[in-house]
Amino acid sequence: MNLRNIPARWTSALVAVIGIAGVSLVLVAVLSIAEGFRAALEFSGSEDVAIVLRRGSTDELTSGLGQTSIPVITDAPGIRRTAAGAALVSPELFVIVDTKLRNKDTTANTPLRGVSPMAPRLRKNFELLQGRLAHEGTNEVIIGNGVAQQYEGLAVGRIVRWGSNDWHIVGRFSDRGGIAESEVWADAALVQQVFNRGASYQSARVRLTSVAAFQAFKDALDRDPRVNLRVERETVFYAEQQQLMQKLVSGLGWTLATMMGLGAILAALNTMYNAVASRVREIATLRAMGFGAAPVIASVLIESLVLGAVGGLLGGVLAYLLLNGMRSSTLNFQTFSQMTYAFTVTPRLLLTGIVYGLVLTFLAGLLPGIRAARTPITTGLREL
Amino acid sequence: MQDNVAHPDAPQATDRVVQLRGVTKLYTRGGEVVRVLEMLDLDLPRGDFVALMGPSGSGKTTLLNLIGGLDRPTEGSIEVDGLAIDRLSSAALGRWRADHVGFVFQMYNLLPVLSAERNVELPLLLTKLSRRERLQRVHTALALVGLEDRARHRPRELSGGQEQRVGIARAIVTDPTLLLCDEPTGDLDRKSGDEILDLLRALNQEFGKTIIMVTHDPRAAERANRTLHLDKGRLERQTH
Ligand SMILES: Nc1ncnc2c1ncn2[C@@H]1O[C@H](COP(=O)(O)OP(=O)(O)OP(=O)(O)O)[C@@H](O)[C@H]1O
Ligand SMILES: [Mg+2]
Repeated sequence: MNLRNIPARWTSALVAVIGIAGVSLVLVAVLSIAEGFRAALEFSGSEDVAIVLRRGSTDELTSGLGQTSIPVITDAPGIRRTAAGAALVSPELFVIVDTKLRNKDTTANTPLRGVSPMAPRLRKNFELLQGRLAHEGTNEVIIGNGVAQQYEGLAVGRIVRWGSNDWHIVGRFSDRGGIAESEVWADAALVQQVFNRGASYQSARVRLTSVAAFQAFKDALDRDPRVNLRVERETVFYAEQQQLMQKLVSGLGWTLATMMGLGAILAALNTMYNAVASRVREIATLRAMGFGAAPVIASVLIESLVLGAVGGLLGGVLAYLLLNGMRSSTLNFQTFSQMTYAFTVTPRLLLTGIVYGLVLTFLAGLLPGIRAARTPITTGLREL
Repeated sequence: MQDNVAHPDAPQATDRVVQLRGVTKLYTRGGEVVRVLEMLDLDLPRGDFVALMGPSGSGKTTLLNLIGGLDRPTEGSIEVDGLAIDRLSSAALGRWRADHVGFVFQMYNLLPVLSAERNVELPLLLTKLSRRERLQRVHTALALVGLEDRARHRPRELSGGQEQRVGIARAIVTDPTLLLCDEPTGDLDRKSGDEILDLLRALNQEFGKTIIMVTHDPRAAERANRTLHLDKGRLERQTH
């Protein structure tokens, strides 16, 4: 009697597993984007680098630093100096330019950052991959690796027009997946001029003598009556920068997973009702022996949960195999610029996929389990 | 057993293991009342081996289920070993069945995914026995039905007769007060059926098991000590 049931059960179990796997795949894939953001931003920040903005600004775009603030910042205590005695400070400004995307007919916002020659020494993962650094005071730019991959016509040796200026690409750099890779770096003074920014900057990055030097540096600037500044550790600033995006993307992931989950529950519910229906007599026999409702419900739930665990894991593993490490880019709504990221399927996300699969199949197994436990034993025993 | 001490002058009471008084069972089906059993009285002494016969739909399974505590009478009382089982809560009834009743089914009702050994062990999972003690009992039961060498086989690797012997081993492994068999040979060929009947007879004669066996087969009924006929909801006794 049970042999006959196996083929039918198999297909129905397979449908349930595939349904759960699909949901888990989508969930893990979308969450791995959020994870990728987090990784990029977390990876980019250094504990011993401080970022200085105007007080009250939440990001570089809304910040502005007047010309007079820069010497005050540079004179503050705790700043590391080069052997020659130059302070490791990079006043920067940040504009957004349009660039055509590779293989698409659309353009996207590219962050163009005006930097000082100190900028590479303020990014812990900076590494020149090709060409050379730009000379100060010229129209030379260097491009992040993510930028080079995303946009058309951005390569070392090429000339691009942004604003009213032609820019000469002389180098390409890596930030090992960090956010600087999504940027183009140009001479700060020229960016100010081309984009009519006068002598103002938006932020200043400062390398400190040590991680502990931060508090003294911040206190000095906070107390200085000549300026009105916000001083943050770079790590803290980045964590804040990606919060909105992470929330948006995670929200999207869970919304999709909830909607698809309803479908998957129906498939799993159907499977479990079939499973229970084909075992009514078995269940009745166990109960005739004296087994109570709890073990009956538990046995149905366990079978259902096995389907959920298998489906959840399958979806997560598929997401890992198909997407992990794949680079893509999207608009960061907080900075209004493209940001490249890598799909990052972490063990935690795999676990999330499995747990979600378990939750879905728990719900799907509960009703059939309760029904199995409620069927009168005498009725169950009459079943063929 | 306490009853025995309390009423030393009533030997009949000691020997009586099943007592039904005025048992009526009604089913309602589609608004229509089906009277399956009508004011039934029955007394069975300990160590009896009764065959229960009757036309299809006469209520044999219903009666067996009532005695085994799988169902409750609409009216009347059922006592087994002095305990009014019709008054037990369903949880208590479940525990009582686990301790006192072994069921043997026409279709064996073994769990296909479990080995013979594991199937027989199932009822013992409700006891406090250790795993070692359980296995010991399982092997005693399997030896009793002559299937010690098939302990690791799955049901589908066994013949029908062997499956039913596993079913019997499972029913007796807890050493129950009552062994209730619903057409235990109904699905077997004559030879296998005879072996099952020999086994039941041995369990009754050598181990003193009280057995109630529903059957359609008069030859099977002959192997019992006596036969009860159920017809139109009433019992008529017939001895041979
Ligand atoms: N749960 C139920 N609901 C309604 N009617 C039922 C129910 N269970 C049994 N019956 C009816 O009660 C009557 C007796 O059934 P029962 O199974 O006890 O007969 P039986 O003597 O065992 O028959 P068979 O020889 O075919 O096994 C039948 O008419 C049956 O349809
Ligand atoms: Mg019957």
